[in-house]
Amino acid sequence: MIFEDEPVPGYPLPILPGHTSPGRLERVLRAGQFAVTTEMAPPDSADPEEVYQRARIFDGYVDAINATDGSGANCHMSSVAVCALLTRVGYAPVMQISCRDKNRIAIQGDILGAAAMGVCNILCLTGDGVQAGDHPQALPVFDLDSMTLLETARMMRDEHRFLSGRKLTYSPRVLLGAAENPFALPLEWRPQRLVKKIAAGAQFIQTQYCYDVPLLRAFMRRIEDLGLLEKIFILVGVGPLRSAKTGEWMRTHVPGLHIPDAIVARLAGAADQAREGRSLCIELIQEIRSVPGVSGVHVMAYRQEDSVPEIVERSGALGGRVPWYPGRDPQRNPNRLAS
Amino acid sequence: MYSVRLWSVRHARGLNSFYRGFERALTALHPLFKRIGYQRLERPVAAVERSVKGLLFDCRMCGQCILSSTGMSCPMNCPKSLRNGPCGGVRANGNCEVRPDMRCVWYLAAAGSVRIPGGPEALSRVQHPVDHRLSGKSSWLRVARERAGDVT
Repeated sequence: MIFEDEPVPGYPLPILPGHTSPGRLERVLRAGQFAVTTEMAPPDSADPEEVYQRARIFDGYVDAINATDGSGANCHMSSVAVCALLTRVGYAPVMQISCRDKNRIAIQGDILGAAAMGVCNILCLTGDGVQAGDHPQALPVFDLDSMTLLETARMMRDEHRFLSGRKLTYSPRVLLGAAENPFALPLEWRPQRLVKKIAAGAQFIQTQYCYDVPLLRAFMRRIEDLGLLEKIFILVGVGPLRSAKTGEWMRTHVPGLHIPDAIVARLAGAADQAREGRSLCIELIQEIRSVPGVSGVHVMAYRQEDSVPEIVERSGALGGRVPWYPGRDPQRNPNRLAS
Repeated sequence: MYSVRLWSVRHARGLNSFYRGFERALTALHPLFKRIGYQRLERPVAAVERSVKGLLFDCRMCGQCILSSTGMSCPMNCPKSLRNGPCGGVRANGNCEVRPDMRCVWYLAAAGSVRIPGGPEALSRVQHPVDHRLSGKSSWLRVARERAGDVT
């Protein structure tokens, strides 16, 4: 019996040949579409509705939502829980896993649990140091690093076993991602690090904020020379700066973040700096879209999540596509799709 | 000591060739080590190793030394214990995001590895997770035993 008000369940798609996950993000990427992903700040709350409210903002504008795992070493609802809530109604989350808070036993358990809850994408991160957040007294775990985390997840998926060698009866069918920062030192070693991440299992990367397209182009050329473009989907990180002051603060306080002087100067000269920040972000997306080999953008609008639809819309990044969201296709029978 | 650590990376080539010879000597000594007993040797050798490598590299005695693969810059000095390359937080001056007064160990590793034959290739190999059971144990004795083919 189907109740009228029953929520549309998150249902897995069939896994196509050559795909590793039943997820929509992998479908979009492998179809050669320009993908748009974004990031949700998990609530400091036990109310599931707060998660849904934050997700609904992006309805129709993004292919996947990253659920951060204690980003900036601040405590929030866990990424596993956020993802479990999101998949319940069919959203496609990218579950971030940081190595800072959990050892290999806990992490492998989370990977299995998340896949069981319908998570199709996992982003393997090292994570920020505890000194960056609101609990600097905490024990930094770092039992694995992003590279060995990737290897572990890939082993679970492809070899159907834990790191210990113990067999899994059903492996997690996930698309594996990693982060990369093409704009941090040592610059010449960054593409080499990507080679290593691909060898460890990365299938897509989401980069740090890009405010310097020439640097990105140089990085992409190196990636192409190394013959990696066929092996990895690159989603370039972008985000609106609220003001010149924010830009200045971020580039001095966020290690590894590179914002050229011209960007800060342009914001400082604008009458409405927040609007200028959004326009700048839109221009960056359009410029990044034209860089050969880039598969999409990852829009990070921390505390400005409301601006994401406008930015995506005005940038034309989706090329008229409307990514799936709960309720997009009311005429389709959820019961039929679930079978 | 931090300044010695920097010196070691600058002299990665010499230290690496010295270590190669030392490794051969260790391997040759395997029958003797075996006669004395590896277990009996563990504590004194680990103590010597701790002080020598502690001075030269600020060694943390992880027990599975990969200095030759990391340009003589010990990755265990990374506050995130990264053994596979730098994180995304390296500062514009090449220093660590967590400890702003310290050079990023991976920034140093990139510089040191080019001084070692096969260094850049070694840097590109994926290192497996640390086995925490080996923490505090002698890497030298383990190498001697493994090189001699005595795997227990």
